[in-house]
Amino acid sequence: MTSIESQVKKPYQYGWETDIASDTVAAGLSEDVIRLISEKKHEPEWLLEWRLKAYRHWLTMTEPRWANVHYDPIDYQAIRYYSAPRQATKPKSLEEVDPKLLATFAKLGIPLSEQKMLTGVAVDAVFDSVSVATTFKEKLKEVGVIFLPFSEAVQEHPDLVRKYLGSVVPPTDNFFAALNSAVFTDGSFVFVPKGVRCPMELSTYFRINATATGQFERTLIVAEEGAYVSYLEGCSAPVRDENQLHAAVVELVALDDAQIKYSTVQNWYPGDEEGKGGIFNFVTKRGACRGKNSKISWTQVETGSAITWKYPGCILQGDNSIGEFYSVAVTNNRQQADTGTKMIHIGKNTRSTIVSKGISAGKGQNTYRGLVKIMKSADGARNYSQCDSMLIGDQCGAHTFPYIDVRNSTATMEHEASTSKIGEDQIFYCKQRGLSAEDAVSMIVNGFCKEVFRELPMEFAVEAQNLLSITLEGSVG
Amino acid sequence: MLEIKNLHASVEGTEILHGVDLSVGQGEVHAIMGPNGSGKSTLAQVLAGHPAYAVTGGAVSFEGKDLLEMDPEERARAGVFLAFQYPVEIRGITNAYFLRSAVNAIRKAQGLPEYDPIDFLDVLQEKLQAIGWDDSLMNRAVNEGFSGGEKKRNEILQLAVLEPKLAILDETDSGLDIDALKTVADAVNKLRSPERSMVVVTHYQRLLNYIIPDYVHVLADGRIVRSGGKELAFELEEKGYDWLRPETAVAG
Repeated sequence: MTSIESQVKKPYQYGWETDIASDTVAAGLSEDVIRLISEKKHEPEWLLEWRLKAYRHWLTMTEPRWANVHYDPIDYQAIRYYSAPRQATKPKSLEEVDPKLLATFAKLGIPLSEQKMLTGVAVDAVFDSVSVATTFKEKLKEVGVIFLPFSEAVQEHPDLVRKYLGSVVPPTDNFFAALNSAVFTDGSFVFVPKGVRCPMELSTYFRINATATGQFERTLIVAEEGAYVSYLEGCSAPVRDENQLHAAVVELVALDDAQIKYSTVQNWYPGDEEGKGGIFNFVTKRGACRGKNSKISWTQVETGSAITWKYPGCILQGDNSIGEFYSVAVTNNRQQADTGTKMIHIGKNTRSTIVSKGISAGKGQNTYRGLVKIMKSADGARNYSQCDSMLIGDQCGAHTFPYIDVRNSTATMEHEASTSKIGEDQIFYCKQRGLSAEDAVSMIVNGFCKEVFRELPMEFAVEAQNLLSITLEGSVG
Repeated sequence: MLEIKNLHASVEGTEILHGVDLSVGQGEVHAIMGPNGSGKSTLAQVLAGHPAYAVTGGAVSFEGKDLLEMDPEERARAGVFLAFQYPVEIRGITNAYFLRSAVNAIRKAQGLPEYDPIDFLDVLQEKLQAIGWDDSLMNRAVNEGFSGGEKKRNEILQLAVLEPKLAILDETDSGLDIDALKTVADAVNKLRSPERSMVVVTHYQRLLNYIIPDYVHVLADGRIVRSGGKELAFELEEKGYDWLRPETAVAG
């Protein structure tokens, strides 16, 4: 085994920085900082109280240490909790947005100007703590779909926000969710009213730019009876020596017969080959299938971040509701991922599907952790889980922790797991047909992930495949 | 076309080939026969450049170029094809996609335009027709869940599509029943041409009833101990391999 050794990784291609003046709050966390953030966002009193309550609860909590990841303690007083590009007045249209910001997103492949907008995809662009532009807002409004930066939604639709905020992930849910509830800055708010099928893909692109700053965004998506929406988030950050914290909360609510498809292509800076720098991606994502026959699908492609800690789950409350989780997680060099899902079956005849593909290369460590819980009330519940791990090289690790808790004897559970290794023989076979080692690995890995990629919206499936090839470039020499 | 001179090769420190000499001209079909463990498959793998085999001596030239200096993919792009004895599976990748990627990698290296998926379908149909096969294997993942016979057929299918100058068939007959053997041999015969040389590695003579070689060589204990025409194969069928082993010759 001589050729599966070299570990020369292509530099992270989104690692540049935008030189822009920022309005930044000094590092540190206190009630005053939270009041300041709330004030900057002109928030109503109830929201400030909500934040402070979360903060006070957070102070009583300790950071979870059960995940299969290792890092030095985080100094929460060394983080800046708010950073926004400075602009004299709030831009009313794209023409008023700082060209540097538009250029930043254009360089990331997210054109925001009217002429160049991605067709069929509405984009909310979030830069550090604030949303800088949202495309197709008006067009969506015509059909009744609300797609707004979170802070605008608080101003324009306070009742809707108040009704659903924290209803799926309560501020006390866990350490990072409590922190997020206290200091969250921006994110997206989506509301699809009864009977409306959202006519285009909705997408949020998160960019961390400022140094020593955490990003704490909050996303809330509500699909009323019979509504449908497909939403995609993407993200990246500059190369920095220090670790930066990203602690987001995403809440989804699907009422009767509603369907939400949530896709993530996560490409935060992963740190260098030695494990220096990179984003700590500690995220809480959960969907509630509140209504009967509702459906929530999570699809995630996790290639970035130094450490990933996330378990997008579904609470299957409505009878016949469906939860799905399709995941590809890649760890190369010294990246660590502890990710999976939670499927909580409460309603009758609820169904869930879990397909997890973990790929480890270099010295990467990849853990699948998943919970399937069938409550007493969930007659006829079904779950199918499939966890596949692929190892590239002999210094990486794959771990699987499936938790199954069944309290109703009518449930049907299926679990399949496999571990494979990209072997010298597979690569040699491809080379013997004229393919390079890089193309061979890319092909073998893409084939391995196919069941997940086909769940991604068309426009992003290709991007995800390319991303995977870049992430693993050089992992096989 | 292919000149092998005094080739020595070892795996994990043990020498398997102790000086093989072989010359294959353009358009010729050479059969390499021999008992188990004689080094037949090692020879095939060494020619294709498998990294587990170390060449410890000798030389191999292909069309005048030093084959041993080339990476496996360069050899493939230059026109060397190995039909594997044990083809590997590639999950989730269809045969059609795999073949198009391979053909395009080879065409690119030769400075030819690459095929798009639509053009390639036509190319594929044409090749399939040439060997009289249908496209039932094309949309299945590469070798995944294939029977032994299907895997061997798939190798020949790749041979038909990739159009190499030199095809090495490593025990293509192993594990095949007589009907499958005939199907495979029939396709191989259709792929014979004055431009294409073949090296057919086999343990049994029966494959050579269908693929009639121009020359037969017997490999025993890492050396070619006997060469002859196709009638040598019949002699082996009758007498077995023992009479050719060097130590037997000494004892007799």
